[in-house]
This record gives sequence, C-alpha cells and structure tokens, in this order.
Amino acid sequence: MSNAVSALQGEVYKGFATVADVGPSGMIALRGDLGAAKLKGAVKKATGVAVPGMRKAGFAGDNGVCWMSPDELLILCPYESAGDMTTALQEALAGTHHLAANVSDARARIVVSGGDMREVLAKLTPADVSAAAFVPGDFRRSRLAQVPAAFWMADDETVEVVCFRSVARYVFDILKNAAIPGSEAGFMGT
Amino acid sequence: MSTRLASGGRHLDRSRSVDFSFNGKRLRGFQGDTLASALLANGQMLVGRSFKYHRPRGILASGAEEPNALVNMGKSGQFEPNQQATTQQLFDGLYATSQNHWPSLEFDIGVLNNYVSKFLPSGFYYKTFMAPRAAWKHVFEPIVRQSAGLGKAPKDRDDDFYEHFHVHTDVLIIGGGIAGLAAARQAAAAGAQVMLVEQTAHWGGRAVVDGAEIDGMPAADWVKNTVEDLENAENVHLRTRAMGAGVFDHGYALVYERLTDHAPEPGLPRHRLWRVRAKQIVTATGAIERPLSFAGNDLPGVMLAGAVRDYVANWAVSPGDRTVVVTNNDDAYRTALALKQAGLEVPAVIDARTHAQSPVIDAVREAGIRIEFGRAVAKVKGRARVEGVGLATQAGEGAVLEEISCDAVAMSGGWSPVVHLWSHCGGKLIWDEAQAHFRPDPDLPPLGADGAGFVRTAGSASGALSTADVLADADGQGRAAAMAAGHKKRKKAGPRAETEIAAPMEPVWIMPQGAGPNLRQKMWLDYQNDVKVSDVQLAAHEGYESVEHTKRYTTLGMATDQGKLCNINGLAVLSDALNAGIPQVGTTTFRPPYTPISFGAIAGEARAETFQPLRRTAMHDWHEKNGAYWEPVGHWRRPFCYQRDGESIEQAVLREVNNTRQSLGLLDASTLGKILVKGPDAGRFLDMMYTNMMSTLKPGRCRYGLMCSENGFLSDDGVVARIDDDTFLCHTTSGGADRIHAHMEEWLQTEWWDWKVWTVNLTEQYAQVAVVGPKAREVLELIGGMDVSAEALPFMTWKDGRIGDFNARVYRISFSGELSFEIAVDAHRGQAFWDALLEAGAEFGVMPYGTEALHIMRAEKGFIMIGDESDGTVIPQDLGLHWAISKKKADFLGKRAQERAHMTDPDRWQLVGLETLDGSVLPDGAYAVGEGENANGQRNVQGRVTSTYHSPTLGKGIAMGLVRHGPERMGEVLDFPGTDGQSNKARIVSPVFYDPEGEKQNV
Amino acid sequence: MLILHCPYCGTDADETELAPGGEAHLKRFGPGSQDADFEAYLFARENPMGVHFERWRHANGCGKWFHAARCTTTLEVFGTYSAQTLDPPQEIRDAITAKRPGWRWRDFA
Repeated sequence: MSNAVSALQGEVYKGFATVADVGPSGMIALRGDLGAAKLKGAVKKATGVAVPGMRKAGFAGDNGVCWMSPDELLILCPYESAGDMTTALQEALAGTHHLAANVSDARARIVVSGGDMREVLAKLTPADVSAAAFVPGDFRRSRLAQVPAAFWMADDETVEVVCFRSVARYVFDILKNAAIPGSEAGFMGT
Repeated sequence: MSTRLASGGRHLDRSRSVDFSFNGKRLRGFQGDTLASALLANGQMLVGRSFKYHRPRGILASGAEEPNALVNMGKSGQFEPNQQATTQQLFDGLYATSQNHWPSLEFDIGVLNNYVSKFLPSGFYYKTFMAPRAAWKHVFEPIVRQSAGLGKAPKDRDDDFYEHFHVHTDVLIIGGGIAGLAAARQAAAAGAQVMLVEQTAHWGGRAVVDGAEIDGMPAADWVKNTVEDLENAENVHLRTRAMGAGVFDHGYALVYERLTDHAPEPGLPRHRLWRVRAKQIVTATGAIERPLSFAGNDLPGVMLAGAVRDYVANWAVSPGDRTVVVTNNDDAYRTALALKQAGLEVPAVIDARTHAQSPVIDAVREAGIRIEFGRAVAKVKGRARVEGVGLATQAGEGAVLEEISCDAVAMSGGWSPVVHLWSHCGGKLIWDEAQAHFRPDPDLPPLGADGAGFVRTAGSASGALSTADVLADADGQGRAAAMAAGHKKRKKAGPRAETEIAAPMEPVWIMPQGAGPNLRQKMWLDYQNDVKVSDVQLAAHEGYESVEHTKRYTTLGMATDQGKLCNINGLAVLSDALNAGIPQVGTTTFRPPYTPISFGAIAGEARAETFQPLRRTAMHDWHEKNGAYWEPVGHWRRPFCYQRDGESIEQAVLREVNNTRQSLGLLDASTLGKILVKGPDAGRFLDMMYTNMMSTLKPGRCRYGLMCSENGFLSDDGVVARIDDDTFLCHTTSGGADRIHAHMEEWLQTEWWDWKVWTVNLTEQYAQVAVVGPKAREVLELIGGMDVSAEALPFMTWKDGRIGDFNARVYRISFSGELSFEIAVDAHRGQAFWDALLEAGAEFGVMPYGTEALHIMRAEKGFIMIGDESDGTVIPQDLGLHWAISKKKADFLGKRAQERAHMTDPDRWQLVGLETLDGSVLPDGAYAVGEGENANGQRNVQGRVTSTYHSPTLGKGIAMGLVRHGPERMGEVLDFPGTDGQSNKARIVSPVFYDPEGEKQNV
Repeated sequence: MLILHCPYCGTDADETELAPGGEAHLKRFGPGSQDADFEAYLFARENPMGVHFERWRHANGCGKWFHAARCTTTLEVFGTYSAQTLDPPQEIRDAITAKRPGWRWRDFA
C-alpha cells in the first residue's frame, strides 16, 4: 500500500518557537454516552487512557483521549493503529448507541514548541492560554484566526494543535507568522 | 520663529543627531524628538493647509489631540497619510511631506477659498450643489475633490505586516501618567493581574513637566521609582507606545501598540493590536486643554499653553522669542513661568477673569510679567504666522486697546477630562459647572455581563485637576478595581502631594464676549474641519437644535481628531445660540478608536496569503502544477478547467467535456460533503431532513435526496448511501458540508434531542475521485481489485473493497450521464490514488476535468445545480422534482411550508429546457418578456434563465430556466432581451438534452 | 463583544467563538397546523427591549447549542442553560426577577 502523506509533509519552521507538522497521526472520533461504564471500559481497554473530564485530555504512551464535548471524544494514536482501534471500539461498543469513526486523514496535527509558544497561540486565539489558565492536561477547542482548532499542552513547553486537513497550510502559515523571531511580545514568555 | 534652546529637553539625547526630510528639505533633530518638536526646532512653524479654506496651519498641541500637523509618512509601500507629527517619534531617514496643498505648502492656490470664506458657510455644499444634477458630477465634484480633504489614500500594497494578541487580565489601566501609575501600584498590591498601557514612549504624563512633588520628591523621581517597582512585580505588565483605542462590551478593550513606527525594522510587525478581556478597566487618560475662541486663533504660532510647556520642558523647543499667554484659568500661568525660566520673553498674560488670586499668579507677578485681568485677545495679527495680538476688554466687542507685538500665543480655555474610553461603551457624563467640563458620572458606568460597572476613571480623567486630588482618586480607583476583580490582598499607603491653592477658572466661550460677525468668522472651533464660531451660530439660526444634527451639518468634530479640542467649545457656542444650558444640549457620541489606528492592525494576520483560509484537497498541488484555472467554491479552490499551452479557457473546457464523453475523465470530487449519520433513529431522522423517504433505502444502495429549509425552499442536495441498518453516509454540495452538518446538529440538539442519532462530518477524511466516461470500468479493471462489473456493482449502489493498492469505497453514481464511479480513499493517500488513475488511464487518453465541464455535462443531462436552479426562493416542485418528494411521509422539514398558498400557486415558474433558434448561448440570468407592462412601465416577465452553456456534445447553446406554466408550453418560442439591446429567441424544450433514457450511465 | 458561559463545556466563550441562533423557546408547527400558527412559528419574533431569551451555538468550541437569558439594552447576562428544555429553568427565572422584577417574555414571567 502506498505511503500516507500528511497535508504538510513534515514541514518545520523555526522561529522564536518551533512550528512542526507531526505527519500522519491517528485520530478517532467517538460519540456516545461518556458516562456509561461500557464506553469508559472500551476506551480504557483500547487506549490505556481513562475517559477524561470536561476540557481535559489524558495520555498513555502513544495514545491520548481528549474531551471534545459532553458526548464526543477525540482519540489519538499512531496512524497505523487507527483502523484497528476503531474496529476494536466498534466491536466493544456493539449494541450500545455510539459512533466511532477513523478521522486520521481528515485532520492535521501541528506541534508548537519552545519557551514562548504560548504567545504564538495568544496571537491567534481568543481563548486564555496563559499559564494561569492553560496547563498540561487541559484541552481547549476554540479558533485560530479564522478556523476552528483544538489544542492541548504536551508539556510545559509544547502545545499541540489539531485542525482540519484542508486548512493545514493556512494554520501552519499563521502559526509561522506568529512565531517570527523578534515578534515576541514578552508577555507570556517563561 | 520657533527654535531649539541651548540646553534642556528631558527626552532629548543631544549626543545623537537624527537626519530626516520634510517636503524634500533635509533637516536634523535629536534622538528623542517627535517629528513636531523637530520641525519646530528647525523653525518649521507652517506644517499644513486647512481642510476647506487652505489656511496656513501650524502645530497647536503636543500629543494625540493635535488637529493640524498631519503629514504623509513614507513612500510607496510604506506611504501612510494623515499621521500626527506630534505622536510620530523621529528616526534616521524619516521621510514626511505635508498634505492638502497645491502646488506647494508655502504657496497654495486653494487659499483662494479663504478669501471667499464668507460664501462657504456651513451647509454650503448642500445649499449650492443641489441642481442641476449633471453639474455635480462633472463640475462641482471634481473641484471639491481637488481642493478639500486631507491626505491621499495609498496606492501601493502595504509592505508591513501586523498582528493581534489576545490577553485576559484582571485590571487594564489605560494611561501611564501619575494617575495610571498610582492606580496600578495599588491594584497590583491587592494581587490583581494588571496591564498598564501608555500611548507615548514615556511614563509620567503632565505631572513631570509641571514639576509636581509627590511623596516629598520631584514627580520625575516618583515616576521612575514607581515604574521600577511595577516592572519588578510579577503580576504587572507595562507597555509604552500602546494606546487604549476602544472599550467595548463585557470588558473587551483594544490597545494599539506601535512597535516599529519609531524605528522601522522590516521583517517585524509594525503594529500590534492587543485584544484585551479585562474584568475591570481603569481609564487614567488625563485631560485635554481647550483652545480659546478669538479671531485668528488658528494662525501658526498660536498654541495650547500646556503644549508650549511640553515643548520647552521635554524637547527644549521655544515656540517664539516673545509669547503672549491668554487664559481663563491658573494653569496657563505655569507656561508663563516656564518660558521665563527658559530665558524667553512673556510680554503679557492676558486673563479673561476680572480678578483672581493664587500663589501661581503671585509667582508670575514676582517674575516681572505683566498681567492683564478682564482682558481678551481681540484678534491675532499676522498672515502666515503670529506677529502680534490686539488687546481688548473681554466684556466688550473687541475694540483694540493696545497692540502687543509677539511671535507666539499660548492659550488655555481650561481642561476637559478625556472621557472617550469611558463613553465608548455607554458610560454617562455630568456637567461640572465649576470646571466648565463634562466629566464621567461614577454612578452611571458602562455595565458588564453581571450588570455591574466595569470601567472606572482615575485622576484627571475623573475631573481631578490638582496633583493631590489626582493621586487620591487614582489610588482609590486602583484598589477598587482590584477588589471588583476579586483581589484584596494588601493595601499600600497612597502617594501624597501638597494641596494646591488655585483661583477658580471662568468659562470663556467667545473672546471677547461681545465680538461681532467679522471677528466670529475668524474664530476657529474645529481646526481640522475648518468650522468656526459663526458656522455653529448659523446652524442654530437655521433651526438645527440637536447637537448631533449640528455636528453633521457643520462637520464640527467629524475630522480624524473627532473633536478632541473643539467639542466643549462648540457645544457651548451652540447652547448659547439656542439659549439653552450646556447639559441640556448634551454632547455628541464618542466612538472608538480614540485616535485613528491602522487598517493593517485591524486586519492582523488576515492579509496576503492568509487573508482567508484557503481549503485545499489532497490533490491541490497537482492541480496547481497542471494548469488549473481556479474557481472559488466556498473557501475551497477547485479547478474550473486545466489549461494546456496555448489553449483558451473555452477550448480547455470543450476538450475536457469531449474527452470525458468519448473516453475517460477524472474529477477531484473531494470537496463534496460527507456526513456520517448513525443510530437507531437515523432513518427516522433522515426522513425529516430529506424530502425523500430515506428510511426505506437498502444497505448497499444509494439514493439522490433533496433537503429543504423549514420554510420550504430547496437548500441542498446529494446522494445518500446506506452503510448498514443504522448508518447512512450523506453527501452534500461542496459549499454545503459545514452548513448541512450544523443544520443536522441543530435539529438533533434543539428539537429531537431524545432521538438516538450521532453525526460526524467525514468530508475531509476522504479524497474522492469521479472516474467518468465510457472507459471508466476498463481503467478500474486494469488497476485491478474489486469487481466493478454491472452485475457486481449496479447503478446506484456502493461497495467497499480494494482498487489496486488502495482501500476504497466505490459509489456507482453519475452526475454527468456517463458511466461513472465515485471512489473515496483515505485523504492522505489521495494524491497517490490520483496518480495511479492517471497512469492506468494513459492508454485511454485520460484527462482531468474541472467544474465547468462538470456543469456542462450535468446541464446536458438536465440535472439541477444548487445555487443555479435554486436561489433560496425555489422549491423542489418548481424544478419538476416531485418524484423526490415523498407523499407518504407525515412530516419533513419544509413540508408544511410547501402547503402554503403561494407555494402551491399554479402560476409559479417551472423548470424547462431552452434552446436558442440560432444555436447561440443565451445570456445568463436573462428574463423572458411577456405581453404588456407592469405598473412601473417595465415589460412584464414570464421566466428567466438559470443555467446556460455552449454544449460541445450537441454543438449548440443549451439552457435551463424557470418559466410560467413552462412544462405545458413545450415548443413555444420566448423572447429574452439581452443587456446589449439584442433579442434572443429560444424555444421551450425538455431540460434533458442528452441521453434521456439514461442508457449511457446505466451500463 | 459578548462573553457567554457555555453550559456544555464550561468555557466563558468569546463572542467570536459563538454563532447566534435567534430567539429561543419557539414551538415548532408542522403539517396540519393552522396558517396563522405556522406563520408565527416561522416569522413572528419578540425583539424586545430588555429581557430576552436567545439561542447560541458554541460553534468554534464544543459545537453545542445553548440558551442565554440576557438584557438587550444593557447586555447583562442573567444566565445560560441547556437548549434541551421547553422552558427556562427556575433558577434562570429567579435570576432575572432579582434584577428585573416584574419581567414578562411571551408566556414566561
């Protein structure tokens, strides 16, 4: 089978923070009753991660589970595993009202890292991304300039961004322009 | 003549000279100068021509309130008109030119307007240019455009870039004078997150210039210490060159930071627009001095008294050797002292008050300066600049008692708090009789989301004018703001200053008070828009009673300075003319921004390549490299056609249609919406969404469906594939995916929330390719994989499997009338799949085709297109789509609306095909005319063209249209007049021009 | 620029994350309904000065529809609540009464 190619094909920009395409990345949209024991068990079994609370994300190894809405999770995993994991979830949840779909190819995943990476986001989103309001473990859906996006912190110096594939170039470009060396605002730097 | 003093200048670094150019003249200033101070230091008093009369104008003020000194900055890609010389810091190589004059600043033809000014009263344009209409366009407008106005709009693309920055904070404090600093230290002590912004490059504001003492030390030292403390505080952010531009609902504020205007640096953002969400906002915006209205108060050399002080203290610039001070209050006496201390002459202080006593007046007297109480300036002598003033009695009509020779006049009509930011979001004002100004009413602040006030004022912005009062007010407001934001950790002792004894000011709106018409015609209220006392009086005389109407009639306060100087004076003149109190007349509305901000800053990242998000399919780059002529479809770009060398667009489209009909075409159909709908109630739900019955669709099969809005109009269409018992995949139009997904979620979340249905928008998960044409099956068989024979995959079915190397879902559907497979693969493998199809298709002469070929082929088949045949007023019944509207269903969205009388009217226009008699192409949107005329004398119409193309397959023009009783009128010839005066005759025919039996697609 | 608290994801959402959806608590009239009822359902709106009930969607966020009770003149927000209800909850009504005694809106008070 031909190799999967992400929209940005691994592009990297080094500014005062580094903006980098993660490449093909596994993602699964799961809709259902997040409070139901069966769903919790299925997610934990498939990913090794417990269903997180409101606006939180949890991680274990290569897998992650993010709270998208009261009835939707975004599951992160290696690109190659997404198909099988989707099937596993569908089988585990057979008989309960749910929807699990592989959305790996529908998205782009971009990492912004470096000391002032919060400022890159702050130039583009109305969400509060200061250290007081946004820390590792938090998950936020908002907008970056003119498109919807979700982001979370992998660690104190790294934020990950997910957006739709078709606007990957746009999101990469606005992140890049926001990270131009010398344009630090000195407001959220560490 | 203005000049540089030998010593002094707080802001200057005399060791660093800075070269700049004004109107082509090479001039020199110092590091720390503003353009205004540098021009004055070079003796350049004259900086511009006025808006209407082209009178010579000089620098009046020292800050953001400056109305006259507007210049063009920069050249070509950096050109920007209407920049204030008073707020522009000097840098090496600065290039400025003056504006609104021809042929030159010194000799300006437009000044003729000045000599006929009595024939250019308020409302002149309205009164004069009423008739004849043609004269406006050809005579008056070109003249007015040539002579009126400020700078010219830039013609070149802006070289610079800009950015936004979103901040959430407890307390935003606007203004870095002693009030802002005092408020910030107290708010910070309480534990609040504080952002403090100052529009200039310097902290401390007026107090430093005026030599106040705070906590027993000079104000400059207190400011330095306080700024250091705040800089060291973890919870405080300080920004200079950052202006509070506007205050908006729910604690939203815009702060305009000029990053590189003082030191251009290509490659860095020029301006940053801070988008602040604050729990509390403190406006410590100070006060602005009012001019006095005396004849000739606009001559170069007449300046605000406070500004004169600023120029002397901050930039060591003297406005002239001999400066007459004219005032109605104590504050201007400080200017007299400052000038005297700088070694300059003050021939007299002319005080409109009949008597006043205070320490500062005593000091001026002791300095040997002549003080004239109860006196006025009758008029200023001089043509292009001040040569002297005529002294008169303030109580009289302006008879000159004595001429005092001087080369500058420093005037003060009192101080008005800067209430703009307080007022932007609804804060109310009260009239302060003693100070003769409007100040914020603390009981009626702008209200936030919780219904409580979220803006406070501090210091002079509250109306406090003495240092002691300013500090006490600001200290309290800083603490109060922090507490309102939920912080009360610590309270610091507030800063203190000696209480000053000042004599009361006395309002003076016209000087002298009994001035006759000749003098009133030379008393400027609004310098920038050239509005005089006589204009406002005329407006009142002509019946304008509302201040808002007077403003628009006279243009008072409508220039880029938004009436910062003229507001109160204008109101006072109006209320006097109306014989009403100033509070009764009220003020005009204050609107953001406080001073003009750049369009670039507003646009932020939305420029050039990132002006709008551009959506790209997985094959976008291939299209780009292969001659795609793009068509925007929503935010997507789709190839309209692929142009080959030397080919016109028409030729390319023709080639693509012919090749697809005759052999094999590929269409990138990835943009089609794909929404997965799953759950036990999915069928029931889709029966509501679509006009068709979807619940009866069998797994493995496809059905074309229509969606209507609740008011019955056709909204979207597409093919629905049933995946399994409780799962459907709904295709939408390219532009409709997000809208239809939101539409589904809206009904699920807000009406049928107990139905068990989940949706997910899978549009971008797949790259989708339509493989179309007589060779479509052969190419797939050549690649190998799933059985795509007519038996294994009949028309209107779908199947999952492998095509070559790819996991694929194949839909046997056709929008072209040809044998067609729409194949969805994972988007990350879309380009590889496209390449595989091109490679395998080479032997069949495969060609990609674009949206125009798609449109032509669907029109040849009589298939409708959302947005062509539908326009938000068309129902499916109009389009002959009755077969797609279920009669069995009790309900679906739009059903009830389609039962309304107007929707069932047999006279509604219906879809037909149209064929021109001469084979030409009908003009798009053309109307078919009928018998007679309507009430407006226009031809009656009976139909219109909705789609029209040249059909390469049929070799003639074909069209679809909506015609009254159309389907019953087959064969009839209609007349479609074009906009070129030509008539186009077309015959009503069936809309299906090609393969009406469907033999080609169903093979 | 409003801030509305999204009751579904707990965010104090900036107006630029939200999409407005018009008046809340409309009752749908479908096939079989009277012309007057259907017309009112489609077109008749309160458009009041003062207390108002609206629909909003956290479009650039969790995607959920919710309702907001607010004052159209002062923009004071009395509360936000689930869109999956026919009536404003009692605590929302109480919050309005505390600030705007004697308020009325359609059949609610």
